[in-house]
Amino acid sequence: MIVEAFVGNVPENAGFGAPPGGTNTPAKVISHMRDLEYDAVVIGAGAAGMAAALRVHAAGFRVAIVDREDHLGGILLQCIHNGFGLHWFKEELTGPEFAERLAAQVREAGIDVYLNTTVMDLVADNGMKSLIACSAEHGVLSFAARAIVLAMGCRERNRGNIGIPGSRPAGVFTAGLAQRLINIDGYAPGKRVVIIGSGDIGLIMARRLSWVGAKVLAVIEILPHPSGLTRNIVQCLHDFDIPLYLSHIVSRIAGQDRVEAVEVTPLENGTPNPAKTFRLECDTVLLSVGLIPENELSKKAGVQLGHDTGGPRVDAHLMTSVDGVFACGNVLHVHDLVDFVADESSRCGGNVAAYLGAGLSAGGQGRVQAGPNVKYVVPHAYVPGQDTQFSLRAMIVKKRGTLQVKRAGVVIKRKTLQHIKPAEMIYFKMKGTELGPAGPDPAPIEISVE
Amino acid sequence: MNDVFDVAIIGAGAIGAALARRLSAYDLSVALLERCADVCFGVSKANSGIIHAGFHHPVSSLKARLEIRGNLMFEQLQHELGFPFKRVGIIVAAFSYEEMKTVEHLYEQGVANGVPRLEICGRERLLMLEPKLNPDTVGGLYAPTGGIVEPYRYVFALVESAVRNGVALKTEFRVVRAQHDGEAYSIESEAGHRVRARRVINAAGLHADQVSAAFGAEAFTIVPRKGEEFLLERNAAGFPNQVIFPVPGRHTKGILVIPTVEGTMMVGPTAVETEDKEDVETTSDNLDRVFAQAMYMVPVISKREIITSFAGSRPVLPGNDFYIGISRSAPHFIQVAGIQSPGLTASPAIAEYVKDLLKQDGQGLTEKAAYDPFLPPSARVREKNPAELDALMSEDPHYGHIACRCESVSEAEIVEAIRKGHTTLDGIKFYTRAGMGRCQGGFCSYRVIKIIARETGIPIEEITKRGGGSRLLLGKIPVAQGESSEQQMK
Ligand SMILES: Cc1cc2nc3c(=O)[nH]c(=O)nc-3n(C[C@H](O)[C@H](O)[C@H](O)COP(=O)(O)OP(=O)(O)OC[C@H]3O[C@@H](n4cnc5c(N)ncnc54)[C@H](O)[C@@H]3O)c2cc1C
Ligand SMILES: Cc1cc2nc3c(=O)[nH]c(=O)nc-3n(C[C@H](O)[C@H](O)[C@H](O)COP(=O)(O)OP(=O)(O)OC[C@H]3O[C@@H](n4cnc5c(N)ncnc54)[C@H](O)[C@@H]3O)c2cc1C
Repeated sequence: MIVEAFVGNVPENAGFGAPPGGTNTPAKVISHMRDLEYDAVVIGAGAAGMAAALRVHAAGFRVAIVDREDHLGGILLQCIHNGFGLHWFKEELTGPEFAERLAAQVREAGIDVYLNTTVMDLVADNGMKSLIACSAEHGVLSFAARAIVLAMGCRERNRGNIGIPGSRPAGVFTAGLAQRLINIDGYAPGKRVVIIGSGDIGLIMARRLSWVGAKVLAVIEILPHPSGLTRNIVQCLHDFDIPLYLSHIVSRIAGQDRVEAVEVTPLENGTPNPAKTFRLECDTVLLSVGLIPENELSKKAGVQLGHDTGGPRVDAHLMTSVDGVFACGNVLHVHDLVDFVADESSRCGGNVAAYLGAGLSAGGQGRVQAGPNVKYVVPHAYVPGQDTQFSLRAMIVKKRGTLQVKRAGVVIKRKTLQHIKPAEMIYFKMKGTELGPAGPDPAPIEISVE
Repeated sequence: MNDVFDVAIIGAGAIGAALARRLSAYDLSVALLERCADVCFGVSKANSGIIHAGFHHPVSSLKARLEIRGNLMFEQLQHELGFPFKRVGIIVAAFSYEEMKTVEHLYEQGVANGVPRLEICGRERLLMLEPKLNPDTVGGLYAPTGGIVEPYRYVFALVESAVRNGVALKTEFRVVRAQHDGEAYSIESEAGHRVRARRVINAAGLHADQVSAAFGAEAFTIVPRKGEEFLLERNAAGFPNQVIFPVPGRHTKGILVIPTVEGTMMVGPTAVETEDKEDVETTSDNLDRVFAQAMYMVPVISKREIITSFAGSRPVLPGNDFYIGISRSAPHFIQVAGIQSPGLTASPAIAEYVKDLLKQDGQGLTEKAAYDPFLPPSARVREKNPAELDALMSEDPHYGHIACRCESVSEAEIVEAIRKGHTTLDGIKFYTRAGMGRCQGGFCSYRVIKIIARETGIPIEEITKRGGGSRLLLGKIPVAQGESSEQQMK
């Protein structure tokens, strides 16, 4: 799918030479910097950004999507494998197919899309938000909007983040970069590959590399359990006889110019046992060691981030600590399924429309806390009496367990869950009535898994 | 060029570069020979980037004299060449009264060396200068003339200026042999290329001993003393106002907390003698040790903010001083060896000193009328406000095409780097910062590779990280194969 660099219409009055509009535009009058005004601007044209923008548009508001890539769809475009869309489109699609479904809707709706356009700055201190973006084609664009949706996705953790010792030769790639190189650009990152981390991207890359003729020697995982989905362990490793070393670390990368080998050390009771170190001769190391929500812009706008998710802290409406700035998709917390991204983002778009229109429900919000065995729960607040969709990550592995919601010490919901594991996000809904009657100062709720 | 060069400089690190540029002000033909694919790929790229104030070494050492002279030259160099440099100041923090005694000694040493505006600070003054410092400090030293520099940008600028003023730069020229035929040296590279020169300067850093041997000059052994550093992201919690030193030990200056001009920060370096000059591996044991020491001085430093680590080795000679002088055994051969810390700081003064040695060796030096000390400024998107960016883009719209998202580097900046001769991924990284930020090239490396291929015509598979065998991609995937395997999957 190739979308033109510019889709949709730019309003006539927004052309070159327009005087600066909103309250936050830079003081200096610049003759050719272009000022644009929308009800809402969505940053990021991945699944999240498109789903959110479609809802805002459907409610009759003027919305624009800005993305630095040359296509709609974000990361989905490089995920050419199957396994997307079962929940949202009720059929199994590849990443690009899923993206194209949403992109077609965006085009049909006539939503203004600015591609190849990087958002450089976001200022959101009062009523009107302003956003500075630039692109080779449009020059510097200054957007003013009443609402902003953060949908910037995430980036991959890299070698420095996890501190793998050794030399620094060519041939060390993050798995997502390798995926892009193979699937979009058609280049082989290497011939003999060791993958560090058993996240889904790494697993899928193990299979993809095998298909294109590379030898995947091993997947090395520090934890005692895999961090990817079970179906990926089976389809990507077992079917290709690729060994998975659990509770092992890569203790050294060797090679002067190009990677020559890695040394692998088993963990025993949590500490490396160097006596059992073994060496794998390889020319390439792929890292699949987690994703980090991409929040540099959010920080610039003063949005408060949570340590637990790495993304913004959001209230029951998915609004961040800055009024009128919302967040959804991987920028909010890392999702494993795009269907949940689309669902969350569509709800977020609905909230943005309410914010722009009649206003969000004014009722007091109560805090949502992660209880025992739970890493985080999103959103971080709830409104009693209002249906709420929660996303949470467990910290334990269990075949069968119970999810429990407590309010002021009293259990208000209990649910049995199968196959609890950190790799699979738990997505569950609570009815407004279950969350208690609306009140001025609702008690916090705590969600736990055991 | 088949002619004989007046001077050949071996090694394009800070020393060779500073000297090449200094000599380019004279009517001389100068060759700068470097074994790597780009300049500044040796020790000069992997250090702390500090322009030392000049109080660490005794007045009797050559180091101390060149350090203080070099320090004072940086304003002018920055004015002429426009590299990132800032006089942020240096503090040495003491945590006991014993340590305060050493601080007093450093103060006296610094005053004797001629360090301007040095002060001894009480606890209150020190904490005012550096509020992030551990409040257990008892006081320390403050040297406002200490500074920080982006070392690769400094060296790149020196070389660029030298080349603009006529110096012939030859990269991938590893000197392995030399012969003097009575008139000049014939210098041979590993690949069999030859350069003739009447005078030769050995500025080969860690390999100065091998180069000296190749010329039949003095025999000495350089011992690599490895230092590991950790780089933390922009806006890190521990970002200090000044460079913070502990009270030094016998051989090293200790673990430092260092702000960089670009807004990231570093902690390090370690100091371990090694055997292998090429060994720039990092290890896991050092991480905890380095952070424990750094966090003792600045408690808010967080390991979570590490984006990468690297190591470099100081070229150390017995006695620990610089060895700069005209060879007694090889004719017209000048040694510039053992240039460990503060080599970066001293580099412009070393260049001045070696220029005088050349004169002493009989080299005539006539100033060149056409010498232009200035470099045209190059634009950096991340330093521009929207109005400036807009103006820049009306010159070249490619400033609006952001290739590296973490450091906001545009395609236009990458093209500029390539046109200036930086055609490896690392060369472009050091020149532009593309790939130096949080994601460490996860997003931009392929974009940069594509731009290199487009601008230079080098096939994508042959583009390297830093020359030699450091190829990045191992070939094109046959389309048919890719497709049929996709079929298989369904
Ligand atoms: C390898 C891989 C395999 C996966 N497998 C599956 C699977 O089998 N099934 C499944 O359901 N899900 C899968 N997922 C998950 C799913 O694809 C993602 O969760 C989802 O696509 C994320 O959407 P997003 O919109 O939040 O982020 P993204 O798609 O990353 O979109 C973010 C967009 O924001 C843009 N952006 C960021 N900053 C700026 C800025 N400053 N200016 C302009 N634009 C900006 C980026 O260019 C990007 O296009 C997989 C993901 C990966 C990476
Ligand atoms: C961890 C660490 C931290 C430091 N911190 C500081 C600091 O904060 N401040 C400071 O002032 N100093 C510091 N230093 C010292 C400083 O980095 C060095 O003194 C300085 O960079 C030396 O420059 P050079 O040009 O001599 O060496 P190099 O940069 O190594 O240059 C020598 C060049 O010669 C080339 N070469 C070698 N052999 C051959 C051959 N046969 N043919 C052709 N070319 C050859 C090499 O490839 C190399 O490019 C630090 C050093 C280390 C290791």
